[in-house]
Formats: sequence, structure tokens, C-alpha cells
Amino acid sequence: MKNRHGFSGAIGIPAVFFGLLFFGSALWAQVPQSSAAADSTGPPAPQPPANVRIADKPNDAGHGLIIRWDLSPDDGSGLNNVSVYEISRSASPDGPFISRGIIARGNKEYVDSDNLAPTQERPNPNYMPAGSTWYYKLTAVTEDGIRSAETAVVSGTTVENLFHFGKLPVLVGAILFTIMLMYLIIHAKRGKKLYVRPLAGINAVDDAIGRATEMGKPILYILGLGTAGDIATIAGFTILSRVAKRTAEYQTRVLVPVNDPVVLAVAQETVRTAYLEVGRPDQYNPDNIYYVTSMQFPYVAAVNGIMLRERPATNFYMGVFHAEALILAETGNIAGSIQISGTDQIAQLPFFVAATDYTLIGEELYAASAYLSQEPVQLGTLKAQDYTKAIVMLFVILGAIAITAGWPFLRNLVTINL
Amino acid sequence: MSFLEKMMLIDRRWIYLSIGLAVIIPVVVQFEVPVSVSPEVKKIYDFVENLNAGDYLFIAVDYDPSSMAELNPMAEAVLNQAFAKDLKVIIVTLAQFGPGMVEDLTTRLAAAHHRVRGEDYVFLGYRPYPAITIMLMGINFRVPFPVDHYSVPLDSMPMMRDIRNFADVKAVIDFTAGNTADFWITYGVGRFDFPLAIGITGVMAADYYQYLQSGQIFGIIPGVKGAAEYEQLVGFPGKGKEQMAYQVIAHSVIIAFILISNIAYFATRKQKQQLGGGR
Amino acid sequence: MKREIPIIIVGVTGVVMFFQYFIPTGWSEFIFTYGQDWVMVIGILSLPLGIWSLVKANVLKLKDPKERFYSAVLLAGFLAMVLTGLKRESFEAGSVFMKLFNTILIPIQATVFSLLAFFIASAAYRAFRARSVLATVLLITAFLVMLRFIPLGPISTANLGAVAWILSVPNMAAKRAIMMGIGLGAAATAIKIILGIERTYMGRD
Repeated sequence: MKNRHGFSGAIGIPAVFFGLLFFGSALWAQVPQSSAAADSTGPPAPQPPANVRIADKPNDAGHGLIIRWDLSPDDGSGLNNVSVYEISRSASPDGPFISRGIIARGNKEYVDSDNLAPTQERPNPNYMPAGSTWYYKLTAVTEDGIRSAETAVVSGTTVENLFHFGKLPVLVGAILFTIMLMYLIIHAKRGKKLYVRPLAGINAVDDAIGRATEMGKPILYILGLGTAGDIATIAGFTILSRVAKRTAEYQTRVLVPVNDPVVLAVAQETVRTAYLEVGRPDQYNPDNIYYVTSMQFPYVAAVNGIMLRERPATNFYMGVFHAEALILAETGNIAGSIQISGTDQIAQLPFFVAATDYTLIGEELYAASAYLSQEPVQLGTLKAQDYTKAIVMLFVILGAIAITAGWPFLRNLVTINL
Repeated sequence: MSFLEKMMLIDRRWIYLSIGLAVIIPVVVQFEVPVSVSPEVKKIYDFVENLNAGDYLFIAVDYDPSSMAELNPMAEAVLNQAFAKDLKVIIVTLAQFGPGMVEDLTTRLAAAHHRVRGEDYVFLGYRPYPAITIMLMGINFRVPFPVDHYSVPLDSMPMMRDIRNFADVKAVIDFTAGNTADFWITYGVGRFDFPLAIGITGVMAADYYQYLQSGQIFGIIPGVKGAAEYEQLVGFPGKGKEQMAYQVIAHSVIIAFILISNIAYFATRKQKQQLGGGR
Repeated sequence: MKREIPIIIVGVTGVVMFFQYFIPTGWSEFIFTYGQDWVMVIGILSLPLGIWSLVKANVLKLKDPKERFYSAVLLAGFLAMVLTGLKRESFEAGSVFMKLFNTILIPIQATVFSLLAFFIASAAYRAFRARSVLATVLLITAFLVMLRFIPLGPISTANLGAVAWILSVPNMAAKRAIMMGIGLGAAATAIKIILGIERTYMGRD
């Protein structure tokens, strides 16, 4: 499942952590690396941090540990001369210890992880396999590179976690949505009539095919630049199936130039099956569905050429489109074709709205199979989407109110920590 | 038929001719356009400017020749700044014809700044399937790219010795004309949480401002305008400022046409109303 | 059975990949990378299918006097790039392949892309008319956003603020709403595919 629009995750603990890490290393770069030992005549050495605790890094495959400590008494108070903390690690309690991290003062946590398994040609002595035990000690360092005494050695063992708790909101949301979907599908199967508002773009499909038949001109069907796994392209196949059935009845040609070989195979199968289902397998010509190129603008050039030479009566654009959307749609406009478009690429929607006659916006395109089939099962899924959308809207409104009132509970409830 | 009625039904070739002339004029009559710097561009500049010599910057050149006119100037300005500041630069491309773009950029700019491949910068190369490549790089750059574009093992380069993945670079700056920015945001920042900035084409700009507000990216260089702003900040006169001249004229022509179209629309509508016909 | 087997494969894979997302163990990681490898392998293996389709369609078109010229150019270009690109050295600077690439392909691609500038002008001419209240709002907004490219001294600075507000408040609100709908639609379609309700991607419905 490709998720390009879903929850992209909140900036949680890791952001703070990496931010501090960068800040820390920036500071370290300014520290003279002379490792001057504290002597009795120079500036005083800070006290080391205390109470070092090691815990397994949660939500991972067992390749990390979290080291926590109490600040040195000289960090922010006392001598106030701590600049950074240095964390050293060893595979055995007796050493040798190697430096694993430099953390800016004021911080009490560091995540040590390395998930790159060694191979023959790429050894990685730092790799932390699941179930491995590591020994740590910390030192406080001043701006002049004067080091505190070392803390006692503390150990921790990595654990392979079975569940990613940071993703819990996604799981709960997905399960609730699936239950609602199943319930409404069962409900719909029992024969309850569900109302769906008409979509002009879908209703225009049959008229557009009729127009092509009257004019004796072909229909051009563009599936966009997506792969066969994109939801928009899958919706494109559904509408293609409908278009192919009608054109088979009316004996109108439908041209499908594609730009992905897998899409080619599916498109050919879709059209072949459609012709078979309406009892006209003899009408099916696989050469009308052909591969052009996988490159964006050469594909545009090829399709524009077809538009201007064949002058199709109707152009369909159903799938994933990028910068080529307007070039294709304007050329179709010049060629005088009726145009119906549908895409989930928000950036291209304005171009399609401006240059084509009907546009299916995002989810309307996905809903096409429900509209065209009018099957209760399919309509049930539309209802489930509507109810979920209502719940999301409620959450958005309540969340906006809550966060304005300084009450972060709702936000924390839906935050995903990756 | 009045002039305004004619304008309502204007042959689109007149529009094309005007736009064509609009972009030819600045070639003949050269002039410089003043640009005002927007905060989202300034943020990237300040971020790079505040890095120390020897810090690592990761640059993704995810565009093809088709959009190089718009994206090359900004990539050039950022690389210029990075090389001038003596940053270590790691470059990757997730676009099929990106390697040509990168080689052109690095050979020109590295020579100008006397930077050495493998010591000051490294070009990892190209891999298809951007989402997967980004996720694999999040584990370690060596997983998708055990060797760089020139088949040199990463482990043999002094600059890559202690560099594992995005955790070891200060920021990622992605220059893209397609949906690779989505992949960098979802699979890069979403999974590995590094500071990300993007340089994109003008058409895409409106789409990506939301990520700025949500904090998933820290800056945007939008189109030629953004490139010109960045060039102004870096103090490096490049193609961006030159192209701004074309943009200004072309935009003025489009705005003029929209005005004419509306005047003609209202005038003809009034006439029709007076005649009692039409709508 | 011919129908059931693919549906079962899709269902099982879908459920496994869904739960994989929540399980961070080594096995789960392996399943994920293994699955991604499969996607690449299938993509590469299907390429010959595309090339066969391209060559066949255009060889057939050579018989059509109207299409002959275009197909001949296409086949010639195809052969030229394949033959000059056979050797490993072909990708080095200065080779015939790279010369063809840099001097023909790059300029042509940029040219096709630049058509956008002309088409935006003609589409804007038709689309941006103040036909109704909403169309007028659209027109004014577009006007402000476009003005950002034109230096107007102090007005530019004020306009930059207005544009930033337009882009990050009303524009974003609308986009997020559409995105939420798309997200739910995508999730619903994914569940329909996993449950075997949606089958058009297999070429049948």
C-alpha cells in the first residue's frame, strides 16, 4: 500500500533528539580536541553526570538502547562549566570503550542505535544485534576540553519489540474504519437503498461515448503517468472498462497509449474482458492499446500527436498526472474534443478544471467504480467514507478548540511517533 | 463585430505569439529585475550560512533535463554557497536522467572552488524507485550505494568514513520537479526525521507551502523567483536573475490578457443586455 | 479457480503488509524489503513487453500513409539510441550516445515542457473571467499571486505578505480537505482490494 497522502507523522521525540545531536556536535566542533587533562593549576573539572540508566529503545527490531542520566551538578548551576556530555560504549565491561555520541548540555537522554548488519565485504563492529548487551559510561566535558571523572559502567540489553506503539493511532483508526466499512457493506447487501449524489463527470461518460459514435471518431483514453499500483490508475481501469463495454456495443475505436508496461498489460486485459462480456470479442484489437515510452515529455509529445492527427471525439484523462496535465488538456481543447478528467494530484486539478469539460476531484475518481456499478457493496464503502469524514471533521473542530484552549490531549491522541 | 467582440473569440495563436515575443524581448534588451527575498528562501540560506566548515550537507538532484531551466539555477546557488563555506557535500539523484545534471553541476562548480571528488563531495549516483531508495539510505547510505557513481567504494573515501545515514548530515535539500518531494517528506522526514528543505518548480509551489507550516520542511525555494532570491543572498549572479526578466514580461502579458478578456466579457455582456438578448 | 487464486494472493499479501507496518522485528523488516524487491523485479521484467508493444504498433503503422512518417522517425530514433547505447563506454562523456542524448533529447524535452507557458496563457484567458462571485474571488486571488513575480517596489513587499497568507491559509485549508478525502478514498479502495470487492486492476470487474 503506497501512502503518499496519509499521515506523514508528527515531529516527536526524534526531532528533538536529532536537533540536539546536531547542536551538540556543532558545539563539539568548536571544542579544542587537545583532550587536555584536568591538572591542579588549570580551570577546575566539572562533576560527572549521575544516576545513569539504560533502557531498550522501544518500537524497533532490537538495534538500539536509550541512555538517560541526571545532569552534572555543574550543568546550569555550580561551576556551570559543562559544555557537552560524551557517551562511550563497549561490548564488555572492561572495555575498550569507544565514543558513541556528544550531547549538548542540559540534555538527559541519548539514543544509541546501529541497525546495519555486517556482511563479508562491509564489516560493522558497531552493529547492535537483537539481544546484545552493551556497557556505557559518561563524561562531562567543558568548553576547554577539560573532562570530568567517568561515571560507573552501566549495561543494557537490546530487545526485539513486537509492536510499534507510536503507530497505535493508525492501527486503531484503520480497524475502526474497516469495521464501519464491513458493517455498511452488510447493511447494503440486505437491500437498504443508499443515496449517492450524482457526479456530472460520471454522468457525462455515456454521452461522450455517444458523441464519438455519432461523429465516427475514436475515443482517446489516457491513464496518466502512474503505475498499476496507484489507486488513481486503478480507478482509471474501472472507468476504462465501462468505456470499452460501450464502445464495443457501438463499434467505436478506443485508443489507449500508455507509459508503463505493467499498466499496458492490465489495460489490454481490461479492454479485452469488456469486449468479451458484451459478446464482441472479434471487435477487440490489442494494437489500439500500446506502450509509447516511460518518459514524461516524450509521452506528452506522442499523445499530442495522436490528438492532432486523429482528432478524437472524446478524451479521457483518468489517473496520476503531473506537469503534462495542462499540455495534454489544452491540446485536446485545440483539437475540439469533449474532455473528461479525473486525478488525485491536487496540483493538477486547477489545470484540468480550467481546460476540460468535466473533472473528477480526487476521491470522486476513486468512487467511480461504485457509481458505475451501482452495486450495494460498493455504495456501502462510499457511505463508510462519508461517516468517517464526518468523524474526522468533528475531530478537526474539537482539536482546533482544544489546542486554542491549551489542552493538548486530543492532539496527543492522534499523534504518530515514528 | 466590434473590437471587443473579436477579443472574446480571439484566435489562441495571437496569445501564443505574444508570449513568444515576451520571452524573446529580454534576450534582445537585457535588464535586471530587483527581487525581494521571501522568508522561506532566507531560512535555507541562513541555515547553510550557519553551518561550520567540514559539516555535511546532503543534496538530492531529482530533476531531468526537462526542468533544468528552472531548477539548475537554485541547485547551482546552493552548491556554490556550500562549496564556498567548505562544507562536505553528499549528492544523490532519484531522477532517471539526473546523473547528467549532477555531473554538469559538480564538474563546473568543484573546479571553480577547487573542490576534490571523494574528499569534499561525493556523488552517490542514481537508483530507481525513490521511496525505497530513501528508506534504504535511512539505514545506511551504503545499502543502496555501496559504491559511488564512479564505482569508488564509499568505505575507501576519507570523507565518508564516519558517515552512516541521514543522522550524520546537517540537512537534506531536495531539488525536484516531480513527486520525489513527497517521498522525501513521507519516507525521509517521516521515518528518519532530518531537517529537509526543498527547491521546486513554480507550478508546484502552492502545493508544498503546507509542509512549511506543519514543520516537515524548513524552507522552500520556489521556481525561478526563488532561485533569483537565493542568488541575490549568495551574491552570485546566475541564470535565476537572468530568467526573472523573462518571467516578469511573460507574467505581465498574461495579466494583460486576463484584463482584456474580462473587459471584453463585461462589455459584450452589457451590449447583449441592452439588445435584450442573451444572458 | 483462475479467478480465486489471484484474489487470495492479493488478500493475503495485503493483510500481511498491513500488519508488517506495525511490527518492527527483523522478520517484519525482511518481509518489507523482500516485497519491495519483488516490485522492482516485476517492473523490470515487464519492460520487454512494453518494447515489443511499441515496435509492433509502429511497424504496423508503417503501412498507413498518414502515420508512416511519424512511425519511421520513432523506429529510427529507437534503433539509434539502442545501438549506440549497447556498450558500457556509451555512457561516458563524448560518446555518440551521450551526444545524441545531450543535443537532441534534452532540448526536445525542454521544448515540450516549455509549451506549458503558452498553454497557461491561453487557458488563463478562457478561465479567468468574472462570471460569478466565486469566479471573481478566484480571479482576484490569481491576480495577487501572479503579481508576486512583478517588481512593484513597496507594493511587492505588501503583496508578498498577502500571497503568503493566501497560500498558507485558504489554499492550504482547501487542499487539506481534498487530501483527507483522498486519504479516506485510498484507504477504502485498499480495503476493497484486500477483501476482493474491487477487481478491475486484474482486468475484470
